[in-house]
Amino acid sequence: MAIIEAQEITKVYRLGDIDLNALNGVSLRIEKGEFVAVMGPSGSGKSTFMNILGCLDKPTNGNYFLENIDIGDLNRDELAAIRNKKIGFIFQGFNLLPRTSAIENVELPMLYDGISLKERRQRAMASLKSVGLEGREDHHPNQLSDGQQQRVAIARALVNDAPIILADEPTGNLDSKTSADIMELFVKLNTKSKITIILVTHETDIAAYSKRIIKFLDGRIISDEQKKRL
Amino acid sequence: MINIPSTFRIAFRALKVNKMRSALTMLGIIIGVGAVIAMLAVGTGASKKIADQISSMGSNLIMILPGATTAGGVRMGAGTQPTLTMGDAEAIQKECLAVSDVAPVLSGVAQVVFGHQNWSTGVVGTTQSMLIVRNWQLAAGKSFTEQDVKSATKVCLLGQSVVDNLFGDMNPVGQFIRIKNVPFIVIGILTPKGQSAQGQDQDDTILIPVTTAQKKLFGTSFPGMVRTIMVKAKSTEDLAPAEKQITELLKQRHHIGPKQDNDFTVRNLTQIMQTAEQSTKVMTILLGAIASVSLLVGGIGIMNIMLVSVTERTREIGIRMAIGAKIWDIRLQFIIEALTLSLIGGVAGIIFGISGSELISTLAGWTTIISPLSILLAFGFSGMVGIFFGFYPAYKASLLDPIDALRYE
Ligand SMILES: Nc1ncnc2c1ncn2[C@@H]1O[C@H](COP(=O)(O)OP(=O)(O)OP(=O)(O)O)[C@@H](O)[C@H]1O
Ligand SMILES: [Mg+2]
Repeated sequence: MAIIEAQEITKVYRLGDIDLNALNGVSLRIEKGEFVAVMGPSGSGKSTFMNILGCLDKPTNGNYFLENIDIGDLNRDELAAIRNKKIGFIFQGFNLLPRTSAIENVELPMLYDGISLKERRQRAMASLKSVGLEGREDHHPNQLSDGQQQRVAIARALVNDAPIILADEPTGNLDSKTSADIMELFVKLNTKSKITIILVTHETDIAAYSKRIIKFLDGRIISDEQKKRL
Repeated sequence: MINIPSTFRIAFRALKVNKMRSALTMLGIIIGVGAVIAMLAVGTGASKKIADQISSMGSNLIMILPGATTAGGVRMGAGTQPTLTMGDAEAIQKECLAVSDVAPVLSGVAQVVFGHQNWSTGVVGTTQSMLIVRNWQLAAGKSFTEQDVKSATKVCLLGQSVVDNLFGDMNPVGQFIRIKNVPFIVIGILTPKGQSAQGQDQDDTILIPVTTAQKKLFGTSFPGMVRTIMVKAKSTEDLAPAEKQITELLKQRHHIGPKQDNDFTVRNLTQIMQTAEQSTKVMTILLGAIASVSLLVGGIGIMNIMLVSVTERTREIGIRMAIGAKIWDIRLQFIIEALTLSLIGGVAGIIFGISGSELISTLAGWTTIISPLSILLAFGFSGMVGIFFGFYPAYKASLLDPIDALRYE
């Protein structure tokens, strides 16, 4: 059973009179526990595709099944629940709430899951610890380095035990040392916790951490390579 | 399931970020709630004052004055030329079925002396019925009697203000005072009534038998002359019949033909006061309504700021949605934020309204009464304003597209 199955997905943006085909029929199956890197030149539709996988956006045409649920059938609140429980989304720009402490940022998904304050604190603390941010829980995003902010975002993505992590250029704003640390974290999550990870990157050495590399061009998948285990 | 306490915490934090803006927005509600409370306090105070005056005046009261009035108002010379007599009073008592008690009045201002103290006050010559008509009790001593009126004895009842001015702490009952140099013995003290509708001190008065007033103090231009007659009707329903019966009786007694003007005027005081009471009630509602408009304006201020806030925080909304906030999570967040603004404003407004009405009563000397109901009303109303005007911005926020909101710069 594929955890993610996309069938002939297209996405058309209307810009005035012209239609812009950001995705031209993308089909893809991803099994539970995979670690996939998505690559391709700028404008090839990677982010558009990731947003659809993350249930943030809807395809113009085609079907998307997440754990065999047809996402096209769901309403706003049901989509919100999927984003809350099934998917941890990590953005290039972190997207943390400003003027809000690290721990409260991490607690946020649990707040929308109706979990008590006590349990929220406990689990957020554990999640921050797992990304190596003990002692930083009361720092606000503007008091943290970029790498630390991205760790907070990862802790937030992990805290609801989502089976899937989607990361759109998570290391795009980070230096190579910090990027390597973040990637090690992903590898650990993938191997130890069996979390399915899909990440977009421009850099081959980042993609090298994954087990499968998918390449996009002009809204289509042009290659899909399973990496040989070394 | 939505976590209300956490949502309040989020609202507080958001409001703290823009302290100045939040405070100014609240100011609208503070002024609105304060105005509602103060205006209702002024209105309620005025109604209460009139109600008190009605009961102090005596109930079901009719007054007969000399001189004519036309429908348009008081005619020239009304009340100047005495036309009423003791005989009129007695006839009314005897013949008008709707009347329970009648008190003729012959009064004037006179100098009153006790020992070294002297005081100028209104001396009212009347009968023992006056106490019933005006619903006046005795604080000490006893009233004069029919016998006193018949034989024109020199006895008097003092109002509290006269007692205070002439006697201080001394017990006046049994003492002699001089009114216009005529010695009178004090036989009773009237219970205090306070101010009348016209702002007069009703306790600054002395009651004496009307016959004594006629013979010893003020004199008469014709036998049995009195200035006015006060009448108590048997009940509120009897007020109108009594008015009619008195008018007919006096027309007949004064030989007034159908085409002639009356030489007397019958005034239904109770009705006049009730009309005044009614109009203060209307005034209270009107004041409250006008004040509510400012509360409404405060609410529009909240809506305005919340709309700005939603736009400013589009990205935050996008993040919350991406993480799993549902439609009502977002809605409640903004509604509760608006509610927090309006409720804090409401509490501050209550304090403002209470101190405002205190200020009005000390500065303007008006009676103000703050009823718990008006506080509850204003507070509840401000909460409703918050929810009502917070809803549209919240609704707008909740319908944002997650991906558009996230991309918003
Ligand atoms: N909201 C939008 N409205 C209109 N066009 C859009 C929108 N979002 C993306 N596009 C267009 O769709 C195409 C694919 O964009 P997308 O962001 O998916 O590219 P990408 O592969 O993620 O690029 P990059 O590597 O630069 O992030 C681009 O041509 C882009 O201009
Ligand atoms: Mg992109």
